[in-house]
Amino acid sequence: MTWAFVVIAIAKTIAAFVLLLGVTILLVWFERKVIADMQARIGPNRWGPFGLLQTLADGIKLFFKEGLRPRPADPWTFAIAPVAAMVPSLLAFAVVPFGHEVTIAGHRIFWTLTDLNIGILYFLAMGSLGVYGIVLAGWASGSKYPLLGGVRSSAQMISYEIALGLSIVPVIIASGSLSTVSIVAQQGGSIANVNAFNGIPVLETIAHWFRFLPNWYIWSQWPAFILFMIAGVAETNRAPFDLPEAESELIAGYHTEYSGIRFALFFLGEYVHMVVISAIGVTLWFGGWHGPVFWHGWGDWLWPFVWFMVKVTIFLYTFVWLRATLPRLRYDRLMWLGWKRLLPAALTWIVVTAVVNTPDIPRYYRFGVFGILFLMVIAWIGRGDPRLREAVVPQRHLGPRPITTSRGLDS
Amino acid sequence: MSLPAYFPILLLTILAGAFAVVSIFVANRLTPRRWTDVKVEPYECGITPEEMPERERFPVKFYLVAMLFIVFDIETVFMYPWAVEYKALKAFGLAEMGTFIGILLAAYVYVWRRGGLEWAE
Repeated sequence: MTWAFVVIAIAKTIAAFVLLLGVTILLVWFERKVIADMQARIGPNRWGPFGLLQTLADGIKLFFKEGLRPRPADPWTFAIAPVAAMVPSLLAFAVVPFGHEVTIAGHRIFWTLTDLNIGILYFLAMGSLGVYGIVLAGWASGSKYPLLGGVRSSAQMISYEIALGLSIVPVIIASGSLSTVSIVAQQGGSIANVNAFNGIPVLETIAHWFRFLPNWYIWSQWPAFILFMIAGVAETNRAPFDLPEAESELIAGYHTEYSGIRFALFFLGEYVHMVVISAIGVTLWFGGWHGPVFWHGWGDWLWPFVWFMVKVTIFLYTFVWLRATLPRLRYDRLMWLGWKRLLPAALTWIVVTAVVNTPDIPRYYRFGVFGILFLMVIAWIGRGDPRLREAVVPQRHLGPRPITTSRGLDS
Repeated sequence: MSLPAYFPILLLTILAGAFAVVSIFVANRLTPRRWTDVKVEPYECGITPEEMPERERFPVKFYLVAMLFIVFDIETVFMYPWAVEYKALKAFGLAEMGTFIGILLAAYVYVWRRGGLEWAE
């Protein structure tokens, strides 16, 4: 390790930390604004232009609020839990490549904190560590609602952790690498260059027609992406999987007893986790920082970063959109979805991807297996829960849905 | 790729940990601390809380979920090195993993049939 390496590492760490916190603070504002818009409200508009500084004001307020600790709580565990919840979700960002590279004073600097050869495993490991903070918070509060919330939340997170882990495996098969940087690098260029299509008359022609499309993994791996997205939303405890914070049942779940800055840390951890899940989704399926460069010359190095941020923003918008749209799942339905649908679906997709990517099986067999398995899974997933199929729901006309206009609610 | 690759992670751990710990510490110094008996009672919708049995264990159902998690998460971990080397292993890798997934699938079907994955009746 040279001095230049150390200095660059320190600078990159601070930059990544500030970037992540900045995005998170903007995300809280963004979520409130978007949800307000979807509910025909105005949302925060007092502090700063468009209410941009609202989160900062809230943060400062929380900072100066009295921190309480319930009498039966375990003091040390109670104090450690918020830190244990926030730090791992921040750490997971270390392997995300958020831009290409830039040369400063002869040093080539890659826009990622570090390029681990086990990057994806590291991301999953940090996701698993995040469960500790929640379990400890629920247990240490010495109160009933946090205990129930913490236990529920941990069961949910570990259940969806499996689906999350398995949904990434097919992308790893296709890319042959666990390093996020090389996975992104493989997604450069046009879809017409994909090897899998070479020599297959029809597919080759179609790929040639759509050669303006980038070579992202989303085209071949979209089932894996759907699984990842569902599991990712559940992993971050967001609606419709926000059971741990089901306020009608559990007040605020595991952080019921937390106030002031300690609550702010939990809150921060959850939102950072959202940003990180979005960033990993962009990295694995949507080509990371790849995107068209509209003009060369000044600001070449900025394009990748801009594209990365645009993609992450679309992901975050989806998270917010889901929250505004979908009602919360019942707990047994949640476990049903995780264990009985996502897990087998992810395993099937792994087998399908493996078969398609085996070079020494004749190609037409491979695509035959692919088609049959794929149709089977679609049919099986579409079957739904037998308990639901048997229930007879009387169909009746409920009248037109309320339609929002710029003036407010019209029905 | 060697140990220096982990150096930035160490730095980020220190930075994130310090951020959390220092902000809690500073907030503790700056905020008022006027605790009363009512304030430090565990929250229970405004009624006088019922005493909870000290440090009770978690419900057994969650224990079962945790056990299943360990089984399937280890499966996931095994799949990663296999997935990285898949294109080199070719049909041999497919057969190997097919056997592994097959054995695990048998266990999965068994757990399903025995009702291990049912949450509520």
